Amino acid sequence: MAGCTVRIASPLRTYTAGAAALPARGGTLAEVLAHLEQRCPGIRFRMIDEQDRIRPHMRLFVNTDEARALSAQVREGDTVHIVCALSGG
Amino acid sequence: MAETLWIGTRKGLFALRAAGARRHWKLSGPRFLGHIIHHVVQDPRHPRSLLLAAKTGHLGPTVFRSDDRGRSWREAAEPPAFRKAGDGEEARAVQRVFWLTPGHHSESASWYAGSSPAGLFRSTDGGERWQPVAGFNDHPMRPKWAALGTPDGEFLHSILVDPRDPAHLYIAISIGGVFESSDAGRSWTPLNEGCAADFLPDPNVEYGHDPHCLAQHPLRPDRLYQQNHCGIYRLDRPARRWQRIGVAMPKKIGDIGFPIVLHPADPDTAWVLPMDGQTVWPRTSIDGKPAVYVTRDAGASWRRLDRGLPRSQAWLTVLRQAMCVGADGRGQPGVYFGTTAGEVWAGRNAGESWSCLARHLPEIYSVSFAI
Repeated sequence: MAGCTVRIASPLRTYTAGAAALPARGGTLAEVLAHLEQRCPGIRFRMIDEQDRIRPHMRLFVNTDEARALSAQVREGDTVHIVCALSGG
Repeated sequence: MAETLWIGTRKGLFALRAAGARRHWKLSGPRFLGHIIHHVVQDPRHPRSLLLAAKTGHLGPTVFRSDDRGRSWREAAEPPAFRKAGDGEEARAVQRVFWLTPGHHSESASWYAGSSPAGLFRSTDGGERWQPVAGFNDHPMRPKWAALGTPDGEFLHSILVDPRDPAHLYIAISIGGVFESSDAGRSWTPLNEGCAADFLPDPNVEYGHDPHCLAQHPLRPDRLYQQNHCGIYRLDRPARRWQRIGVAMPKKIGDIGFPIVLHPADPDTAWVLPMDGQTVWPRTSIDGKPAVYVTRDAGASWRRLDRGLPRSQAWLTVLRQAMCVGADGRGQPGVYFGTTAGEVWAGRNAGESWSCLARHLPEIYSVSFAI
């Protein structure tokens, strides 16, 4: 199972004790987020809805490629970016 | 302990704490800065406890609980969520937890939550873990009951638990109508007879109405009041036909609004805050002159309460959770409301005299009183 780095957007850092990046393991984005959830309970549901869809104002990247589904592959040494996308006031 | 007004806003949670027999209020906060707070509710069974419905612009919806009167908060381990959809089923996801209601006084840890899109959820552990109420969420008629959602989605709100019977529930869906269950949510029937639905092609429908707010009197639970998109109503059960008590409002004011709140000790007394529902529905104070109206005779007549409120050029909007009654058992209750422009107003002596408690807050979604 690949080891990767997950970069955490600032709105989610209450779940990571302020950490901007955490190590995680998994061969897919789903596995990486499951690993992250074990370490930071509650974080996954704020990003992923109950139907396993990425929430409308969240974007997930594996390195520089945007992942549209949790089945996206993650390889050893990759960086998963959790990005928040919000407009308006 | 000081009486507190909890103010849920589009940008966080604020508190106004009373001193000097509620003559002075001190503002504190924000907590959860940046969070959208739809509802904050004290648990009458455990007055130190509160539940709060929150999300942010980015992040999904959740619920927080406090057991120390709001000093510290802990997030639910399993927030309200629909069950995973099966093949071919509509895959619904909670967009916002919109409403919270404590369960029956005989059930010390039960709570209900209503969501958008319309969903009903129940917790039996004080709001830590939430389960979908399948009797409503999976009801074969639910897609038809809540068929006319706006682009923001339809809202399930005004969850009422009969103080005589924990299995007897009412809910309201905006847009969808009022529904009743007599078996703890396993089955539901529409309860909209007599309510207008002027916006529908066929206004004489069994469901599809737009109840904005529903209230049940705690001392006379057979008495229900409703502020609807199309009028103010009262229903005395076991009757099933709502009576439009808004017809007694002044014609130039009309009977459109969002909230309706009740006197805790007098089932004949209710307050509403009319808004402009003409032409393109500005939903502001009528003619820029805000006023609360009170009935003391169960809707047979209404009286204007505007002493202390702005006399002109005040285009206020007050949402359905943003008005409440605060009673501490001493004298007349206070009436409170918050506006989408971030003002909190207090009506002393049952709304006879108004003063502004706070200004410049974010858009206010919820005002609730706690002792």
